Amino acid sequence: MDALDLARWQFGVTTVYHFLFVPLTIGLGVFVAALQTAWHRTGKEHYLRLTKFFGKLFLINFAMGVVTGIVQEFQFGMNWSEYSTFVGDVFGAPLAMEALLAFFMESTFLGLWIFGWDRLPKKAHLACIWAAAIGSNVSAYFILAANAWMKHPVGYEVVDGKARMTDLWAVLTNSTALAQVPHVVGAAFVVAGGFVLAVSGYWLLRTRAGMWRGAARGALVMTAIAGAVVAGTGDMSAKLMYEQQPMKLASAEGLERDTAGAAFSVAPGVEIPALLSFLSTNDPGATVQGTEDLQRRFEQEFGPGDYRPNQPVVFWSFRVMIGFGMATVGLSVLGLWLTRGRRDMPRWLARAFLWALPLPLTAVTAGWLLSEIGRQPWTVAGELLTAAGVSPGVSLTEVAISLTVFTLLYGALAVAEVVLLTRHVRGGAEEERRPAAPAEQPEPSLMY
Amino acid sequence: MIDLWFVIIAFLWTGYFVLEGFDFGVGMLAPFVGRNAAERRQSLQTIGPVWDGNEVWLITAVGAMFAAFPAWYAGVFSSFYLPVTLVLAGLIVRGVGLEWRGKVTSPRWCDAGIVAGSALPAFLWGAIFAGLLFGRPLAALLGGAFTLTVCVLHGAVFLALKTTGPVRRRARSAAMAASAVAVPVAVFALSGLGTPPALAAMGTLAAATALIWRRREGWAFAATAGAIVLTALAVFVRLHARPLPGLTLAEAASGAYTLTMLSWIGLITLPFILVYQGWTYWVFRKRVRVGAA
Repeated sequence: MDALDLARWQFGVTTVYHFLFVPLTIGLGVFVAALQTAWHRTGKEHYLRLTKFFGKLFLINFAMGVVTGIVQEFQFGMNWSEYSTFVGDVFGAPLAMEALLAFFMESTFLGLWIFGWDRLPKKAHLACIWAAAIGSNVSAYFILAANAWMKHPVGYEVVDGKARMTDLWAVLTNSTALAQVPHVVGAAFVVAGGFVLAVSGYWLLRTRAGMWRGAARGALVMTAIAGAVVAGTGDMSAKLMYEQQPMKLASAEGLERDTAGAAFSVAPGVEIPALLSFLSTNDPGATVQGTEDLQRRFEQEFGPGDYRPNQPVVFWSFRVMIGFGMATVGLSVLGLWLTRGRRDMPRWLARAFLWALPLPLTAVTAGWLLSEIGRQPWTVAGELLTAAGVSPGVSLTEVAISLTVFTLLYGALAVAEVVLLTRHVRGGAEEERRPAAPAEQPEPSLMY
Repeated sequence: MIDLWFVIIAFLWTGYFVLEGFDFGVGMLAPFVGRNAAERRQSLQTIGPVWDGNEVWLITAVGAMFAAFPAWYAGVFSSFYLPVTLVLAGLIVRGVGLEWRGKVTSPRWCDAGIVAGSALPAFLWGAIFAGLLFGRPLAALLGGAFTLTVCVLHGAVFLALKTTGPVRRRARSAAMAASAVAVPVAVFALSGLGTPPALAAMGTLAAATALIWRRREGWAFAATAGAIVLTALAVFVRLHARPLPGLTLAEAASGAYTLTMLSWIGLITLPFILVYQGWTYWVFRKRVRVGAA
């Protein structure tokens, strides 16, 4: 175990953890904004109750997304100083743009929304939640553009051992980013939809209030549409992966030798002939490169070394991502069909909705493991190895201390977050009905 | 272009210290100037709508360092590794504490997190910058003591400016007490820099004491903010010559193309950001009362 291993673990732990909260922020913000818009349009009281109820859950989660996100921005410099020095000229630009164009908007307008219920005109207040929700989504675009550049670097040249940006537009319209942004944002909406479904399912099992059926229906529509986007862009990503990241594709499929008409393996031993070639190129007879042959070619190009990522992790995370993701989307399509018209929500369906929370969360986590472990040993494909990016001056002890601090802190906060969310879900959306006692000012539910 | 980006980064850090400076102070003082739950909530509501936006100044400053001076960014944060770890831990518990406080049954844990999470970064940023300038542990300690006390003072003055009733009265007393410590610490800490802006910062801080004594809260806040701006000016003038031991700005800088692109983006977006953040302060310009929404 050396500082490099621990730095990699730290990046994995903090990033995977961060991304448990991010998709909820991205999707739930829009959902809450849509609820508040529905309240404005119709004036119906239950939309307001749902807005405040899901708004509160959104804020509990938002806090975690923000504070764990700060760590991300610093740890490139802390643990990966050689990487940062190499890529900063290109990679830093989308990060700076993210802060300027997205984070300021997101946090400023969310503050206005939380505290502005009685202070702002109704329309301005509604605009605030939309601005915050749009800010979250814009931030996803910039950070994914930065991430995509590591897998498929474009618009740069290497001068004196550092990447120099030559074309910002190329970086922002990287084909890898354009496929990845809708894929990840779509997945975020599936997670958020699944969260709303699970919460509504919990309440549908306990009350007959029509409000929860409405919330569940809204979430079903969101999850089904987002699921279609995720599937479509997943196909685009696979085709790009065939061209740009053949080693990742081969590892995800456990394909060892270059194969024409390659089969898609559903699980070891279960194979569908020619499907992998078809999915990669739209041509069932095309040749897909295998890990061992790629390894030989990479050694010729880059010198000796092992250029294969961790095979079992990449293989299985690919299957978990697709399987769990598809299961969520399947559930939502089924739910839409069963509740079409004014049909009642079957109890077993409401119970099944409880699975709509863990399934997509596991799928997105597996997706990131596939995406980031699959690009190893490179941190910037073909340019910089992960091992060469680590901070030379940072000791094993230092990384161990910070890894311990973050892991303990994150563990404690995870427990607190789950307790808090559960309590507020159980509290229900009824509280806005209570008349305020004249002696005491009503406690604004969205404040401190 | 290199100098322009250095100025922009200095501006972002300065904005961060002025803005988050007072909300660090409020975070540390809230349990002490509020004697009951309602008063504590009143104190924290003065920063409620704005603290998260204030923190984005830090995110932007660091993002801009990464983009414009990658080697400087990488050098600073990898060499001050453990202090930065603690800053991050502080910002985490503080952010969560502030957001969750109104949603838990007993806010005691959140309050502890807010105090610790405000005090840690308030001290450590001073220690990190002093360490960057002087490279000696004693200087770092003094720098940390300086930023910690100035944040308490700045926050106390802000509280006095933004509240009514007993909290306002106690905040004023807290400001007097804080300045009794902050001014002597400032004399020691800033004499190490010894440049005109550093000396002016000392004077401005002393003026803030007089102004809070005479109940000119608005002017006193302007003075503490001014002292922070002048100190930041003194620090960044020094850093301009030597951003990190063994590194010059030109060596650390990104290419001309990147800097030009970033300049356009910054030039277009910053005015909007200043306008809508300013608007937030305008919307919440009234003093916060006990129990008021």
